[in-house]
Amino acid sequence: VTVTAPTEERRLLEGSRAIAQAMIAAGCRFFAGYPMTPFTEVLEHMAELLPPIGGVCMNAESELEAVGMAWGAAATGTPAATGSTGQGLSLMQESLAEITLARLPLVVLDMARAQGDYYQATRGGGHGDYRHIVLAPVDLAEAVSLVGLAFELTERWRNPVLVMGDYYLAHTARSVAIPALRTRPAPEWALDGSSGGSGHAKLVSFLGTAKQRDDVGYDLADHYAASAAHLTEMAAGVEPRCETAHTEDADVVVVAFGTPAAYVRAAVRELRAEGRRVGYARPITLFPFPTEAVSLAAADARCVAVYENNQGQMVDDVRLAVLGRVPVHFIGGLSLDSSGFGIAPDLEVATLKSRIQAVMDR
Amino acid sequence: MSGFVPTGQAPDRPARLVEDFTPDLIDVGAHHLCPGCGEPVAMRCAVEAVGQLDLVRRTVAVFGIGCYTAFSNNLDVEVLQALHGRAPSLATGVKRARPDTVVLTVQGDGDMVNEGLQEVLHTAARGENVTCIMLNNGVFGETGGHMTATTVLGQRTKNTLEGRDATRHGRPILLSTLLAHIDGAAFVARGAVNTAGNVARTKRYLLHALECQVRGAGFSFVEILTMCPTGWFVETEEAPQYLGDNLASVHSPGVLKDVLAG
Repeated sequence: VTVTAPTEERRLLEGSRAIAQAMIAAGCRFFAGYPMTPFTEVLEHMAELLPPIGGVCMNAESELEAVGMAWGAAATGTPAATGSTGQGLSLMQESLAEITLARLPLVVLDMARAQGDYYQATRGGGHGDYRHIVLAPVDLAEAVSLVGLAFELTERWRNPVLVMGDYYLAHTARSVAIPALRTRPAPEWALDGSSGGSGHAKLVSFLGTAKQRDDVGYDLADHYAASAAHLTEMAAGVEPRCETAHTEDADVVVVAFGTPAAYVRAAVRELRAEGRRVGYARPITLFPFPTEAVSLAAADARCVAVYENNQGQMVDDVRLAVLGRVPVHFIGGLSLDSSGFGIAPDLEVATLKSRIQAVMDR
Repeated sequence: MSGFVPTGQAPDRPARLVEDFTPDLIDVGAHHLCPGCGEPVAMRCAVEAVGQLDLVRRTVAVFGIGCYTAFSNNLDVEVLQALHGRAPSLATGVKRARPDTVVLTVQGDGDMVNEGLQEVLHTAARGENVTCIMLNNGVFGETGGHMTATTVLGQRTKNTLEGRDATRHGRPILLSTLLAHIDGAAFVARGAVNTAGNVARTKRYLLHALECQVRGAGFSFVEILTMCPTGWFVETEEAPQYLGDNLASVHSPGVLKDVLAG
């Protein structure tokens, strides 16, 4: 197998291949995973691509080991990532919560089945007072760019960043450019054994403990207060991203995220071409949620419609964004074919147009 | 009366503090473990072995969750805190990312055999070049003396009040015995800290386990039987004998596997 060095040239790549190359280009040198559709191929590509450049890819024995191995590597300051689908991520939640409290960087890929994991991704399924930064690309070109951003943000905030994709993203080939390879030096807090015997050997812990000789004490109240302050600062410091279109004079604004948003965007464009006053807003960061952008998009609208491939989860965040000023209608719903992998039969422009029109005609 | 400090006359030498007896790599003598606990003795053996082999500036210790976690913040070696049961996969991540480190885990029987059995088995099977240390006292000490997967039959614990019964509670897992059958394991030994002789033997096992790792021989494992008078509900001074009569009669100390011995 010849491993082609990632280049800036555009090449036709399957999504999972492009995402693997984008992670490596962004500096990822450790990956651990456990196969599960539609995440599996990302693991395959990392297993092929990482070792030749001196990285490590571990075929973990379960998602518990996968996240544990990534945790260990992250503690050494090695840019690390893991991932799965929502089901596999459920198994990782205890560790993901503690990795966050331990202030470690980690990129997590969620190659979800449909969009039923919005709550899991944005609220987290673990214990305690923590959040992850969540990025939701609409297509492969944006995924490549957001994977790079994920490694920037996780390093900057020392907090896990989750990139949420799906079956379509992982399995569809597009022409994309992979950025040039970069490396990230280990930060000063990273463990490598070398501070042993200095009287101030390093400790990486989620428990709120600190080395006693450094006389910083062990006060859980301090630990939780520091964690809370970090979360507040991060939530305010990460720039919320949102794509909007045709919102100026829109009567109805449709909100969607991820792959389905591409179909919603096309439906809105067609309705616009037909002279209907409809707008579109797509949260790119699911946490922090682009509350202001969504609120602004709906400022002069009569109502908001939300499409997602689940029973209505992001609709809560949209309602919080508009704070009751306008009604928010849910026009999505579970849409699975018999594979269960989130291949949504209603992801079709004509179907979406009729649902949007139904809201407009209310 | 023996056992009491004579107070009728001035002492002939100055008082010595706990710190005076504390190895260099244990920063502060203070920990909150019970009198008679075997874990500080085991920890001392482990850090002395690290020091003796001159591995202090290469070592990362990955701690599980149990009473011994008290040592995660007073060792002068680097420490990574893991979740209950998960230390072997974190150790794997550290070692694979930084192969020049010496990586050991410190876990209890509840942590390693109950919560995280699959972690240690897979780490051994991978021949992962790390050293796992299990402090085995046969009870969940930190929660106050409950049955673990290594509790011997007949032992009374807070949730086996009539004694562990094979029919009702299952039989103990002898982890070292199990690990010795896994190909990736290079060295497997079971020590104890209930007698001076056993402490000395345990120290030798730890030294050899670390040597295995430094030589890249594969997975090394030292189980250390430790006293838990509080969790066993026995008098402090009876605990070493109780360990020998109960825990060690089922979990027999000794070297179970050593590929370097040829």
